[in-house]
Amino acid sequence: MSKHSPGLEMRNVRLTLGATKFHFDCSVRTGIITAITGPSGSGKSTFLNLIAGFEQPDTGQVIINGHDLSNAHPAERPISLVFQDNNLFTHLDLFTNVGLGIDPALKLTAQDRRAVSDALDWVGLSGMEKRKPATLSGGERQRVAFARALVRKKPLLLLDEPFGALDPALRGDMGTLLLNLHRETANTVLLVSHNPDDISRLAQDMIHIENGKVVQRH
Amino acid sequence: MLTRAEQRRGLAGGVAALTVIALLVLVPVAVLLAFAPAGIVQGSVVDDYTLSLLHFTLLQASLSTALSLCLALPVALALARQTKFLGRIWLVRLMALPMGLPVLIGALGLIGIFGRQGLVNKALQALGLEQPISIYGLGGILIAHVFFNMPLATRMMLAALERLPQEYWRLTASLGMRRLSILRYVELPALMRVIPATGGLIFMLCATSFTLVLVLGGGPAATTLEVAIYQALRFDFDPPRAIALALMQIAVTTVILLCLNLLPKAEDTAVGEGRLWNRYDGRSRLARSSDAIIILLAAAFLILPLAMIVVSGLSADLVRLALEPDFRQALLTSLSIAFCAGASAVAVGFGIIGANHVLRDRRSSSRASRVLRSSLSAVSSLVLLVPPVVLGTGWFLTLRPFGDVNLFALTIIAAINMLMALPFVVRVIEPAFRTHAAQTDRLCAHLGLTGWDRLRIIDWPILFRPALTALSFAMALSLGDLGAVALFSSQDLLTLPWLVYSSMGSYRTADADGFALLLGMVCLGFTILGTVGNRRHR
Repeated sequence: MSKHSPGLEMRNVRLTLGATKFHFDCSVRTGIITAITGPSGSGKSTFLNLIAGFEQPDTGQVIINGHDLSNAHPAERPISLVFQDNNLFTHLDLFTNVGLGIDPALKLTAQDRRAVSDALDWVGLSGMEKRKPATLSGGERQRVAFARALVRKKPLLLLDEPFGALDPALRGDMGTLLLNLHRETANTVLLVSHNPDDISRLAQDMIHIENGKVVQRH
Repeated sequence: MLTRAEQRRGLAGGVAALTVIALLVLVPVAVLLAFAPAGIVQGSVVDDYTLSLLHFTLLQASLSTALSLCLALPVALALARQTKFLGRIWLVRLMALPMGLPVLIGALGLIGIFGRQGLVNKALQALGLEQPISIYGLGGILIAHVFFNMPLATRMMLAALERLPQEYWRLTASLGMRRLSILRYVELPALMRVIPATGGLIFMLCATSFTLVLVLGGGPAATTLEVAIYQALRFDFDPPRAIALALMQIAVTTVILLCLNLLPKAEDTAVGEGRLWNRYDGRSRLARSSDAIIILLAAAFLILPLAMIVVSGLSADLVRLALEPDFRQALLTSLSIAFCAGASAVAVGFGIIGANHVLRDRRSSSRASRVLRSSLSAVSSLVLLVPPVVLGTGWFLTLRPFGDVNLFALTIIAAINMLMALPFVVRVIEPAFRTHAAQTDRLCAHLGLTGWDRLRIIDWPILFRPALTALSFAMALSLGDLGAVALFSSQDLLTLPWLVYSSMGSYRTADADGFALLLGMVCLGFTILGTVGNRRHR
């Protein structure tokens, strides 16, 4: 696959939820951070849900790296996710939370276990394998989610307001972490954000959504 | 976002749960209808006696409801005004107790206070009056129903008052509103949102009340349909009459349930544990003293019978009673029934909740899912529609042709208790299940955590606490139940409540008190176990 073929394509995707109609037709460049913007309620989350597989289109196709995955189950898509919150299972320790990103049955080889510890190390949480999420700050919990995204080694990373619950100082650090992760893995990143600073600092491309439609691309 | 396999499993669980419930409820009802005496349509079975039963059933339920609501109103208002009253939180918590207390034990406590030898009559005698209060007959039934339902009504009303924002009380104070205008413009409108549903619930409970009427009623003048069914089957062995009465009881509960459905819902949520606002209208000396009198009277009415159970239970020879073979056999039987009933209620409850979850997730509006959705929501009504004694009667008649009914008795009692506990089990587990699903469903779908792995790693560690809570509440409910047991009890089948009841019947009052205390302690143990699990979960 060439460097400049789209990492993600939404071909004439239509979906009706209750009284709201969505129509997305656009593509995203591979290996680039693209920001998704738009007022609240415009359909940004639905856009991500369609890609992640939490919603399935009524018509049209969702094409990821050249494969039509419109009706695939979320687990079958080559995707890593970071939500605004509830990224971690609160009753499981950090090691298990990250390890589940490698194998959902937790059958981990020695190499996998090392990868988990390395990932926690990489996000600045070394030695905290046995800690429970409740003992962490909001920023640290997001770091664990990034660590899991790192070990999953998926070509597409979706972030839904990942810094939304953090204060401004932390946002900067987390933005740097995201950039490092992006460089490390050369993945395609879709970042839903409200914050103009985040967007101008992190994103090369931008998709603006209003009333359930893509209205502007940069 | 659930996988096909998860959806299939969830729906299969729901269908299985529905099948079990439908079998347990519809088979006996069908048998009742099939064996209905020919005269029932022409009305020849509906004689004066049956009509007087119906009349008494509805009369005592109406009076009990009215009294419970009227007495709860001033208590709730006083408790809401006096937020700093000493021991207030404990009194409010204690008010949840009668709902979980085995009815028979409550009845014994009430007899200890209001009975012929009770505290109240002794006090009145000392004042020169001759036994003016009788715990038996309509009066006694009303006292008992108020004892069990007034605390429930108080908690519902108090919750409605505590939900009002603090600004209301600041505003009424700064506007200089007096007691009556506060009542009229602030308190009553809030209370009217919960009073209809609370009243409806209490009416339903009283119209199908069995144990209290069995113990305190009697004679044609004070017998309800439920008790008459039991007597027709157990003493007169007159199945046609039992069937006619059972069908009439189903008709009555159907009408009540239909009316209840029209009323707005009320929830007994976190009462007394929430924010307590300063009440400026509760600060005057007059308000404080009158409220204190009301609260103390209510507390005495609640606590005295409970204390009586403990006092007279302790004066019995507890050690000897606990070592009696009858007691040990009854304890074993009761615990086995309770465990089977509780465990199957939790299993069936999970089936219903899981299927509901799948249906919400699919958002599908196909006909099959519409049918399943409405059957699932009708389940709780179906369970209420056919009271335990009626179910027991139906099963008794269904199984009679197949040999000795006593052989099936344990299973049938456990099944009926399971149905009784089901609404409570669903109410305990469903909120926890929904919160858990909301927090983990997307993440699990994304990570591919499904089936056994999801159950083992994600669901079980979180959901086993609410499941344990539901199990212990269901077991406490089953342990204290006399309704389902009464029809089947015999020398071979002895449960704890039946042991208490038969001791009362054979004038072994001290033994009855002792057994009641032992039964109460077992039930309390299970309730505490459940509550502790619940609190740790939070």
